[in-house]
Parts: sequence; C-alpha cells; structure tokens
Amino acid sequence: MMTEYDLLFAILFQLAQLLLVVLLAPLLTGWVNQCQAWLQNRSGAGVLQPYRVLRKLFHKDAVIAHNASWLFRVTPYIVFGCMWLAAAIIPIIAVDLPFSQAADVIALVGVFALARVFISLAAMDIGTAFGSLGARREMLVSFLAEPALLMVLFTASMISHSTQLPRIVDTLAHHQFILYPSLAFAALAFVIVLLAENARIPVDNPSTHLELTMIHEAMILEYSARHLALIEWASSLKLFAYISIGIALFVPHGIAEVGNWAGLPLAIVLLLLKLMLAGAGLAVLETVMAKMRIFRAPEFLGTAFLLAVLGLLIHFLLGA
Amino acid sequence: MNAVGILPLDVAGWLVQFWIALGVAGLFLQRAPQLINNVIFPLSALTSLLLAATGLWALAMPTSVMVLPLGLPDLPFHLRLDPLSGFFLILLGAASLGVSLFSAGYFKTMAGSTLGLLCLEYHLFLIGMTLVLLADDAYMFMVAWETMALASYFLVTTDHAIPDIRKAGYLYLLIAHVGAIAILLSFGVMQGGNGIAAYTFDAMRGAHLTTFWSSAAFLLALFGFGAKAGVLPMHVWLPEAHPAAPSPVSALMSGVMLKTAIYGILRVTFDLLDTQLWWWGVLALGLGLLTAVFGVMFAAVQGDMKRLLAYSSIENIGLLLVGIGLTLIFHVYGKDALAALALTATLYHSLNHAMFKSLLFVGTGAILHATGERNMGRLGGLIRRMPWASGLMLVGVLAISGLPPLNGFVSEWLLLQAFLLSPGLPNSYINMLVPVAAAVIALAAALAAYVMVKFYGVIFLGQPREHALEHAHDAGIWERIGMGWLALACVLLGLAPVYVVGQLDHVSQMLLGAQLGNAAGNWIFLAPVDTERASYSPLYFLLAVLGVMLLTSVLVRRLYHGRVRRSDPWDCGFPAQTARMQDTAEGFGQPIRRIFEPFFKIERDVPSPFDTHPRYHGQSDDRLWYILYLPIKHLTEKFSSMAGLLQHGRIHLYLTYTFVTLVVLLVFV
Repeated sequence: MMTEYDLLFAILFQLAQLLLVVLLAPLLTGWVNQCQAWLQNRSGAGVLQPYRVLRKLFHKDAVIAHNASWLFRVTPYIVFGCMWLAAAIIPIIAVDLPFSQAADVIALVGVFALARVFISLAAMDIGTAFGSLGARREMLVSFLAEPALLMVLFTASMISHSTQLPRIVDTLAHHQFILYPSLAFAALAFVIVLLAENARIPVDNPSTHLELTMIHEAMILEYSARHLALIEWASSLKLFAYISIGIALFVPHGIAEVGNWAGLPLAIVLLLLKLMLAGAGLAVLETVMAKMRIFRAPEFLGTAFLLAVLGLLIHFLLGA
Repeated sequence: MNAVGILPLDVAGWLVQFWIALGVAGLFLQRAPQLINNVIFPLSALTSLLLAATGLWALAMPTSVMVLPLGLPDLPFHLRLDPLSGFFLILLGAASLGVSLFSAGYFKTMAGSTLGLLCLEYHLFLIGMTLVLLADDAYMFMVAWETMALASYFLVTTDHAIPDIRKAGYLYLLIAHVGAIAILLSFGVMQGGNGIAAYTFDAMRGAHLTTFWSSAAFLLALFGFGAKAGVLPMHVWLPEAHPAAPSPVSALMSGVMLKTAIYGILRVTFDLLDTQLWWWGVLALGLGLLTAVFGVMFAAVQGDMKRLLAYSSIENIGLLLVGIGLTLIFHVYGKDALAALALTATLYHSLNHAMFKSLLFVGTGAILHATGERNMGRLGGLIRRMPWASGLMLVGVLAISGLPPLNGFVSEWLLLQAFLLSPGLPNSYINMLVPVAAAVIALAAALAAYVMVKFYGVIFLGQPREHALEHAHDAGIWERIGMGWLALACVLLGLAPVYVVGQLDHVSQMLLGAQLGNAAGNWIFLAPVDTERASYSPLYFLLAVLGVMLLTSVLVRRLYHGRVRRSDPWDCGFPAQTARMQDTAEGFGQPIRRIFEPFFKIERDVPSPFDTHPRYHGQSDDRLWYILYLPIKHLTEKFSSMAGLLQHGRIHLYLTYTFVTLVVLLVFV
C-alpha cells in the first residue's frame, strides 16, 4: 500500500519527468538529425541544433495572416500541451507515475488525436490551398495509424490485464525475458505507426518543403516565430513520446520498480542508451527508405493496422 | 416514498398533457407568431426540463404503473415508468430542452398556418416519443409509435412545395411502416396467441416462449426497430429524410427518435423476452460494425452538411448496436458484470449522441439561416462571422470525434474497455471476433474524426467561398441559449462520468440484474471493474492540459515577448490565389472515396483539357440502393401493374368479381 510519503514522492517524480521530457525532447531530435547527417556523409549541425532553432524562433516577431481566427492562435499551445502531457505520462524511468491513473492508454491515444484535430483545423483556418491539403493528408494518414496504435497498445494491455501504462510496463518488465509472438507483430506495426505519425520518411519528410509531398509541413506553413517554435517543440515531444512508448512496451527492462528509488540512476543510464539506439535506428530507417507516393501511404498503414490486429488475434489464440 | 403519494409517472402524464395543450394553443395562435416563438416554445422547453428531471427521479424510484380508462374495450392503455424508460426520458427531455429553446429563435421567419401546424406537429412528435417510452402494452406502444412516425413525417415535409422533400418524406414513411409491421408482428409472436389481454407487456414477460419463437420475436424486433434506427440495410431513408426536415426537427429525429428504436430493441430483448441466445449478440454486433463503418465512410464523401450529419448518425447507431450485441453476448455467457459495462457504454453513448448530434444539427440550422446554403462547397470562413455558433459547434465537433475530456470519449472508452475485458468467453469463435470488432470500432472512431475535421474545417474555417457569406449573421439569442445548453451538456457528461455511470446502474440492475459500480470509490476517478485494470479521470485530465497550456503561454510571454504582426498569408510565389483554391467538401473526402472505392457507386464527368466551359461533376452513391432497393421497387411495380389488370373501373366487372368469388366460396363450403 502506498503511504502519504510515497505519494508525495511519486508526485514529485511525476513533475520531474514532466521537466525532463520537455528539456530532453529536442536533444533526441538533434541526435536523430545528427545520425542522419553522419549516414549521409555530412558533418551535421550538432545535436544541440534544435535548441538553437527554438531560441531563434522564440525571439522573432510572430507574423500571422490577416484572417487568422482565435483557433489559429491557441492551437500551438494546445498541441504543445497535449504532446508534453503525453510524453510525461509514459513510464520510462520508473513506474510510479500518479497521473497515469487519470489517463490510460486509450486516453493517451485520445491526447494524440486531440492535438491532431486541432492542428488540422488550424491548418484550414487561413484558407490557403496548402493548409487544407496538409490537413486532409494528415487526417488520411492518421485514420489508419490511430487504430493501429490502439491495437498495439491493446495487445500489451491484454497481456498485462490492464490499460494503465505503469501496470503494463511493470508486467512486461518483470516477466522473464520471453518473446511474446503477439508483441512481435505489434512491434512491427508500431514502427510503421511511429514513422507515419511523426511525419518521417517514407510517409512524410520532416526536412522537405517540396510542395507536392508535404504533409506536416504543409499544415504549419502559416506559423512563424513562437507559434512555430511551440509546434516544432511539440513535434520533438511527440517523437520522444512515441519512442518512449516503444521502449515501454517492447524493451522496458531495467526500469525502476515501485518504491525502488535506488534503482533510478541505473534506469536513467539505461534509458539514455535506449533512446540513443532508437534514434540511431530511426536515422538508419529513414536513410535506407525512399519517400512513397501519398496514395501508397494508406496501403503502408493498412499493413500496420492488419499486423496490429493480427498481433491481438494471436494473443487471443495462443494466450501469449 | 413521499407523503403526498405523487409518482414520477403522474408527473410525466401531466407534462404530456401540458405538451398537448401547448401544441393545440400553437394551432390557435397562428395570428400571433411572436407568441408561439417567445412563449410556447420556451414553455415547451421548460416542460422538457421537467420531463428530464422526472426521468432522473424515476431512476431511483420503484417502477410505477398506471391503467388509463382509454383504449380498446379489453385492452385499456397501460403506462409504466421503470428505470429504462426513466433513462430515455432524461435523454428525450435534455435533448429537446436545447432543441425547443433553439426553435424559439429558429422558426421566427415562419408565420401563419405553417407555423401553427408546425407547432402542433412538433409537440405531437414529442408526445409520441414520450408515450413510446411509457407504453406498457403493445397497442399503446403502436399508437404512440405511429403518432411519432406520422408527426415526424409531416415535420419532414414542412417544405412540401419542393419535390425532393416530398420524395424523401415518402421514402421515410414507407420504411417507417415496413418497420412498424415488423414490430407489430414481433409483439404478436411474444403475445403467443393468448387472447387480446396478452398484449400487455406484463403478459409478454411471463409468456415463456420457446427458443424458436423467441428468436423470431427478436429478429422481427431487430428488423423493425432497425428500420427506424437506420441500421444497414434499412438506412436509406435516413440521409434523405433528416436533411429534408427543418433543422430542429432533424435534431430531434437524429438525437432522440433514433434512440427510441434503441429503447425498443433493449425493451424487447432484455425485458420482454426472458431468454437470450448468443447468436443474437453476434448478429447485432456484426450488423452494428457494418453500419458503423458504412455510415462513417459515406459521411466522409458528403458535400451537404446535413447529409453528412445524417450519415454520421448511422455510424453512431452502428456503435450502439455493437454495444447491444456485446451486452447480449456477455449476458448469455453469464458474465453479467461485463454485460453491465457494455450496457452502460451503450446507454452512455445514446445520451452523448443525443446531445452532440442535436447540437450539430441545430447548428446547421443556424448556418442555414445565416447563409441559406446547405452545400459545404459554398460555405467557409464562418468562424469570423458567427463566433457564437462556431464556438459552440466546436464543442460538438470535438465531442463527436471522441476526444478527451468531452463526453464522446467517455462512452468510447467504456466500450473499448468492454472489449478488452472480453477474453475468456467459452466460445472461441466469438473470442476471435472480439479483437476484430474492437479494431473496426477504433477505425470507425478515427474516421469519425476525419469527417468532423472536414465538417468543421470546410464550413467554419478558411476563406468564404461565396461573396454572400460576408453578410452572414450570428445565431440569435434563443438559438445561442439552445446550443449553449447542448454544448454544456456535452462538457458535463464528459466531466462527470462517475455520476452518470452511477445513475445508469439502475438501468443495468433492472435489465441484467447486475451493475457496474465504481471500483475507485470516489467521484473523480472512473474505474469500472477494478482500479488496477483501468481508470480515467476527465477532470484531472482537463486540469492537466489546461495547466500545461497556461504555464506554456505565461512562460513564453514572460521569457520572450507577445509581439504579433498581421500580414497576407504566404502565397508561394503565386499571388493570384483565391478562395476557390481551398479544398472543397468533395476534395476533402476524395482520399476516402479513393481508398474505399468498391463500396461507392461513383459517377464522374471530368472535363477534357480543351473544354472551354469546363464543368466537373462527381457523385458517390450508395450501392445498396441499386442492388437491393431498386429491384424491390421494380418487383413491386410489376405486381401492382399485374393487379392493375383486374382494375378497370367498370362497375359490372367488379360485380362479376363478386359473383365469381361467391361461387368459388360456395363450392368450398
């Protein structure tokens, strides 16, 4: 049973993770970009480049279109808030996260959806051709990616008999290292979803401004200065959150148990290692793949969706 | 128990009588339209509020019954108010409260006999729905059901000068009656041939039918009520009739009338029939999934805002049917705690859908008044002209997309929890069906968000696509109040799920003998079954999101600055951009049309590049109409023309027919 002291500690820890993710997220983006640069034989801008970009953007004057409505102006804050919250409720260092009682995996998918709906609406607000194009494509990508993500999370929920993230991670981390066949399918599906939802190659390209292929960039074309900074930061947080989900579901080993505060340092070191590996992996994936046509994307994501459902079915059939 | 001895049923009866009085008064006050608008509709809204309160009161009270001195000689009208009726009375009252308030402003442009008749029909419609919920014998039920159907038919055809609306009304009437016949037959089966007195619901409860006849009654009821609810393949009337009606009527039809069909299915399946079979549940689940995906797919390609909402209603009815199917499966296998969870999700979603769909439908009414346009391709940019309507409708749009912390998310969450808890059913085929069903539900929910982004984005955001939109005016004060109430209900239902679930437990207790309860034991966390398994707290969620947002905005302002400059949007080096370059409704739906192409019957006329007057035309139709309905129509026409051979209108021929019939009969006798 949790004592008052434990609860206080857990809340402090929750706040610490909130702070940690928001500071660490741009670093992860920088790391992925740097790895890509190395793989492409460039020297790269360094892992700290995203922070410099953010600083530059925050100092600039915001320019918004004449007909921008209130929706356009609040959206960056909503998107940033949602992504921050999402990244903060995924147990990656320790499983004591009191806020996860208020929001389970379904709510986590809900947070992503909330941010997505707002950013799509904001993209349509100005009424340029690019904005609505981006919004339409974003919703197109997500209507398959979102259920696929939900199915991946459900497979893990089924194994641990809970939809609460700490419980899921706790169960998965403290079993012997057995390979769940259902989770293998889920992992494959999850990688596809991660690529699609974070606007990575082969579905989208975060570094392109080539008009015909943009998805995410088309949506945020009208944003500048602090609004753009918040959205970029939110994108970093989203990538961080997704990689965290991947770590939490598929390689949670080494995470600190409930009340095991002495295990924290080791857990943090392990986490950093996992993040670095995952970021490098992402860079490799993006380097070896080519961007696909927009109408191939639904097929690609349909594959993810089917894989995830298959994973769930296998869990039902084999009970593993 | 109270000392005076007034029962909720008495109060409900008085409220119905008051509604009758209001409707008739409307008919006599044709000369004073201001009175109808500013007095009768608000009074009607007050009655709705009281009715909702009565329903809430009835949830916790023991069932009360009443026999009226009206009706057939051996079968007087029976009334009964139990928790199930009580819950649907709340739904009816709460939704019609908003709609009636909105109507007080909306019908201002009407006058004379049109308004008077409309007022009468509107109240008859409300009364019909109320009595459907209160009826306790088949005769009373059918009378109320027909009152509801006919009143809504006349409301749909309010603008009967337009041929399309007459056609839509006819189709509606036709399918409503095919459904009504099936319902009547279902009652006939349940009555079991025991004389006219057995047509009371009480007699049916004690009838103990064999499995075969139970199944027959269930299938007939599913077909009959499904026709009213718009379950595939009986959905074709819905996207025609709902857009044709005036917007408040569309709101009532989509928000409330469809739920009376859900009520009917629940009443027959769990209350009147004493045994249930597992395959009923699988059937309902399968039909529900088909309906949900079909509805949302078609909603995505619509260009007319009311048709889009009508298809979205089909989707939501599908979700409700999935919930009913799941409840049935769990109940049959004796897992009543899970059945209670699935039932709670179903009822919760009914209530949610009543609120947000009514809100969105009356909102389209406000847009129609402001612009005179239903085609989304001619709207756009209304957020700047209609701040109230757009703000309130945003709540509805977010709620229907199933986003936390609003109400649509709660019911979706509960339904998904029911799916997640389902392993361990003894039938392995059903066990395998469950994850697939959950996946389809998730897909439908994600597509619903697509549809709603399209709906809101094309109508309210961007630049106005027509010049006339510059003069659009915002909703009036009554309209704002009506929409405000519905939006508030969406928020409250989203934030206080523990209270709502607690009230719904009365219904589950009555129908299943089990209730969900709340394992968390406090009002902040919603935790069905077990806190270890799952919990959700919308209030903390909202506080966290708001807190993080505020913190961010304060920090950004403090650390940097809040300077903003306005300028033209970025034109990509091409300055001649116009409002016509935005996505139209068709354009936004195009990817869905392309992905699900086999399901649509697509007609397209694409101009050639050398066309001097290029015109593009595209239409996506329902294949089922061509596969299922047109053959039936042709067959009916054939039969009626064959019957027509006998009809020549000459009197001596008919006399000959009579004579031949008599001779034939005499031969037999």
